[in-house]
Amino acid sequence: MHSMEAPVQNVRSTRRSKEDKKRLKRQIKASHTLLKHEGIATALQPTQCVVVCNGGLGNGVSRELLLEVLTAGGAVIQSLLMPPNKPYSFATFTSLQESQRAHTLCNGHVLDCNGHDVTLYCSYVQPVDGGVRSGPECVSLPPGLCVLENFVSPEEECRLLQAVDWTSHDDDDVTARSEAQRELKHRRVKHYGYEFRYDNNNVDKDKPLPEGLPLVCESVLQRCMCDGHISFLPDQLTVNQYKSGQGVCMVVAGIPPHVDTHSAFEDTILSLSLGAQTVMDFRHPDGQSVAVVLPVRSLLVMKGESRYLWTHGITPRKFDVVPASTAERSGVVNFDPSDLTLNQRGTRTSFTFRKIRHTPCDCAYPSVCDSQRPPSPPCLPVARSDACHLEEQYVHRVYEEISAHFSSTRHAPWPRVRDFLLSLPSDAIVADIGCGNGKYLGINPQVFSLGCDRSMNLVSICAERGFPSVVCDALSVPLRSSAFDAVISIAVIHHFSTQERRLAAVTELVRLLKVGGRALIYVWAMEQEYKNQKSKYLKTDRTQNTDPETSKLTAEHMNDQEQTESESSVRQVHAGKVSSNPADTEENCGKEAPPRLSVHTNRTAFVSQDLLVPWHLKAELKTSPGPVFHRFYHVFQRGELEDLCGCVRGAELQHSYYDQGNWCIILQKTHQP
Amino acid sequence: MKLLTHNMLTSHVKGVTNGYPLLIKATEVKVNEVEFNPQFVSRMIPKLEWSALIHAAEGLGYRQDLPSTPVSNYENNDDFLHKVHRVLLEVEVIEGTLQCPESGREFPITRGVPNMLLNEDES
Repeated sequence: MHSMEAPVQNVRSTRRSKEDKKRLKRQIKASHTLLKHEGIATALQPTQCVVVCNGGLGNGVSRELLLEVLTAGGAVIQSLLMPPNKPYSFATFTSLQESQRAHTLCNGHVLDCNGHDVTLYCSYVQPVDGGVRSGPECVSLPPGLCVLENFVSPEEECRLLQAVDWTSHDDDDVTARSEAQRELKHRRVKHYGYEFRYDNNNVDKDKPLPEGLPLVCESVLQRCMCDGHISFLPDQLTVNQYKSGQGVCMVVAGIPPHVDTHSAFEDTILSLSLGAQTVMDFRHPDGQSVAVVLPVRSLLVMKGESRYLWTHGITPRKFDVVPASTAERSGVVNFDPSDLTLNQRGTRTSFTFRKIRHTPCDCAYPSVCDSQRPPSPPCLPVARSDACHLEEQYVHRVYEEISAHFSSTRHAPWPRVRDFLLSLPSDAIVADIGCGNGKYLGINPQVFSLGCDRSMNLVSICAERGFPSVVCDALSVPLRSSAFDAVISIAVIHHFSTQERRLAAVTELVRLLKVGGRALIYVWAMEQEYKNQKSKYLKTDRTQNTDPETSKLTAEHMNDQEQTESESSVRQVHAGKVSSNPADTEENCGKEAPPRLSVHTNRTAFVSQDLLVPWHLKAELKTSPGPVFHRFYHVFQRGELEDLCGCVRGAELQHSYYDQGNWCIILQKTHQP
Repeated sequence: MKLLTHNMLTSHVKGVTNGYPLLIKATEVKVNEVEFNPQFVSRMIPKLEWSALIHAAEGLGYRQDLPSTPVSNYENNDDFLHKVHRVLLEVEVIEGTLQCPESGREFPITRGVPNMLLNEDES
């Protein structure tokens, strides 16, 4: 025995040193990875702060599990920062002694993490308190959203879950099964009232299902009515069951981000979470995203902006990152790394109640509204004939249609345009190319001002007001060359759909000028926020359109950049692109289609330079929404107007500036080109 | 359409090199009294194509006895300025057409508004 023991010990000691070497190698590798990918440098000398590689929320280690290991030796932890989705954590101890004790215990420790082994590697780092908290500070819920905790009792929960007969389909024939109930991967769906069709993301409004909403729902819905969450009873229910995974596949199914089809359902959407909690992700088209905890037996109420503009979805996952403190169970996940842990998903059943909509949607978010989208948005033209056609359909015809309403919203001149006109000598001859309803034609009564516009109806308005005006195209102006002391082109050139045509429009302006004459040009800017100032266009509250009492007022304020004196609520605006077109969700992806011009949501930042901007025509009857028209715009980026004008011969830039969401330029004609 | 406006208009049909002045073919002409502003009229005179104005006034029957060149020292000639005021600002073509002198293309004037839009192949 004795002779046997020595070699065994020898073997063990060499083995251990081998393992030590291996562990050290891994530890060094882990600290290199940390430096390379996260920019976190490990300290050579012990500090009070230990980074635990592989001990993060991102690789399935919960706060509770990690705390157990770190405090096993009795060490007192001051803070444990667990950044979401990262495979490491930072533990800060009250003394150097304690951090060293935890380091020794923890380094190389193998955790049993839901059936698979995870080896922890520790290194010292400088305290990281400030550094990791760089995530979004105190995020708030999307406007119009609320989560009501314990909305149903455990007994009600039970009754609701029992009311869903998942086995019923077994007796149905194949067609009935595919229509009334579907098994979508790990998600089961059942519809009541009306079937939701996943092929077109809509319902057959004239084909109600024989089965109405389960009786057990009635008391819940009555409570929603009494509490004022809804003003009408829903007539459609979709029950989704997201089953918790078993064995290797523990990922719990989710639902891709989507906006519920506007034309299918009325405003408020209710959703009960039963059986287990989950985290739902909400995303604004500008890129802002908010994770919201939906506790078990809570009711989610989505209204207004959160229902119409933000997408919602559930990411398929095993675990959700949630606040560790029990105080805040519902609401926004603020991703404060000192208060995060993991929640393993269980089987969750959601009851989503909606009211079928029978009139077209008239929300304030046309970029995501199927009722307000042009049937087939055009592509950006290349050929001249396509450009003409696009402008004919999406500029000329629209102005003819909206002229009266448009004119009623255009009376206050922009101050700097007025200043330009008032600065002209009294014998000046002025042409306003794209004069609209003639709001600049009477500014300076000393000079002779002649208006031109493509729209017959708008020129008629000028004529009725006694202003000399002519119907013509800005690319072919029937006015004498070199006859004008000044020309203005206010909010016109952004309606041309190709660079070539925009250049031709500026060239035509310069042709009209005498040598020494000046042109003032305004175009809409891509940058609606400049030098940290939001333009009036962004400052004006889009959501006021939702109140029918103010529809007349908002019809004016809703529409493009002028006449926006309101200083009401300011929306947060972020850069970035996200498609919130419901047609772009799971069911439709993968189909190749040529890029179409996107529809802009009024009062938001532009996501592309070429787009269609809706005009909400004032309704004739208050009860029905007015029609929506789309105008083509090419919004200019900083410097683009200068570059464009730089290509025109015989003129030089005198001055350029930014004015309330517009790029502006004054050109002077220097010689006959 | 006032004759001051007409004085600024020209034909813009593709390929036309001499499209000025446009010929007025009026079917309805009105004279609207406009407040007389001698300074404004004096300021406009040097900006005008005088012969085109006289030609247009003649065609409509409102030339009065205006000479084929502006009188000298017109700033102080109230009688002259009154007559110019009348043809520039008071005579208005309500219905009719404007014709390009070179190509013959006609543009309608409806309720006082000239429509100078061209077809796609003319511009």
